[in-house]
Amino acid sequence: MIETLLADRALVRAFGGILVLLVVASVAVRILRGVVDSDRAKATVEDAATRIRSWWLMCLVFASSMALGKVFSVVLFGLLSFLALREFVTLTPTIRADHAALFWAFYLLTPLQYVLVGIGWYGMFTIFLPVYAFLFVPIRTALAGEPVGFLERTAKLQWGLMVAVYCVSHAPALLYLELDGYDGNAKLLLFLVVVVQASDVLQYLWGKTLGRHKIAPTISPNKTWEGFVGGVSSATALGAALWWLTPFTPVQAAAMALLICLLGFAGGLTMSAIKRDRGVKDFGTVLAGHGGILDRIDSLCFAAPVFFHLTRYFFRAVG
Amino acid sequence: LWCGASSRWIGVTPEPQQRIYCANHASHLDAVVIWAALPPNLRRTTRPVAAADYWRGGVKQWLATRVFRAILIERGKRDGDAEARRVAAREAVEQTRREMGSDSLILFPEGTRSPTGEMGPFKAGVFHLVQSCPEVEIVPTYLHNLGRVLPRGEFAPVPLLASVTFGAPLRLEPDEDRDVFLDRLRTTIEELSRA
Repeated sequence: MIETLLADRALVRAFGGILVLLVVASVAVRILRGVVDSDRAKATVEDAATRIRSWWLMCLVFASSMALGKVFSVVLFGLLSFLALREFVTLTPTIRADHAALFWAFYLLTPLQYVLVGIGWYGMFTIFLPVYAFLFVPIRTALAGEPVGFLERTAKLQWGLMVAVYCVSHAPALLYLELDGYDGNAKLLLFLVVVVQASDVLQYLWGKTLGRHKIAPTISPNKTWEGFVGGVSSATALGAALWWLTPFTPVQAAAMALLICLLGFAGGLTMSAIKRDRGVKDFGTVLAGHGGILDRIDSLCFAAPVFFHLTRYFFRAVG
Repeated sequence: LWCGASSRWIGVTPEPQQRIYCANHASHLDAVVIWAALPPNLRRTTRPVAAADYWRGGVKQWLATRVFRAILIERGKRDGDAEARRVAAREAVEQTRREMGSDSLILFPEGTRSPTGEMGPFKAGVFHLVQSCPEVEIVPTYLHNLGRVLPRGEFAPVPLLASVTFGAPLRLEPDEDRDVFLDRLRTTIEELSRA
């Protein structure tokens, strides 16, 4: 598997690019650390340094799972879903009567979803959680016999499963798509992840430097129009420039990237609303500087399923 | 750790001295999690206090005495008369005092797991125990979310994120009344839940 991936020049070039970017960012932070003197700027630089350290780790994990093959990528995303669901449920109040439903959600529904992705059973993995789990959760909860807050409690778990498991599982599902005249699916996944994450980072950078007008101050005080426009347009440009990774033409790649960025933004905003409601800033503390897993992949949650389906619809191998 | 427990020490640091960790009780995992939150050198000298009637027999007893090196005490019978309960309680305190030696203890003043996650009333045993060894520090300990990870009556833990918070040590004031002390301990643990 590693040999075939290394033989794929485009993939090697893309990962080389990421590596160069990380090195440049690390060096830049080191230089900035020596230059800045105000306390506020120092805090920003330290924040950036922590984030970049986490980026090294995330890229390393992602790259090695890709190098090890499809199955490992599915397992990696499955693990991410598991951890993300855990962060989600930790934040949403459940009661003792929900224990059994939670048990099945963590130990059966989540792994099974990824098994379905891993065996490439498209017809099943796209409906498994929206149909079967959707029905299972309230049934099991009702059997536990506690009516207080029933709708709210079941809806929370259903939501958690959809966002943290179902949506995320569409990212590794890209590896199993059969596309017309294209078999570099690993690159397609890389395209999605790079554009989503670049969009996050670029929005953050644009917002930090030029951000003035807040988009939704009641939900996310860090999101500004300047950051949004700058981040989305530059990440879209990046996506277009990466067209050679994909089965798309440069224009199609730009359109896809734009869509990914917009959905990613929407994902971040929606998840912020949940965090706000629960009175927390982050879902967790696993990734230094970033918060929890769910804080890092909130944009991916929203972008992955739409990107998956559009790609499948327009570029699928026919017959 | 499976339940991703994190630990915080507020106004206290892990020290190799004799202490009694007093915590709210909602789950079988409570003692294990406190234990895991301690540095390895302290784990060897820290022992949970558990109910003999619950932990007696077979695998349970082996787990309690061999693995966790718990001090098993008799809980007073609920239907026994007042005098018998007093005797049993005194015996439990004396036994704990005897067995603990210079070890630290993990103790749940509620005496049983709360079914709802709310803290129940504290039993007087902890007061009598401290009375007999006033030099030992009481470390108020708050356990968050463990009642959700593994509630009473369930056997499989759900992997939610839990946390342990240790607070600044308390001591029994000279001439402090039983209820005043128990109340103070309880309030301190409640405050940790908001810290």
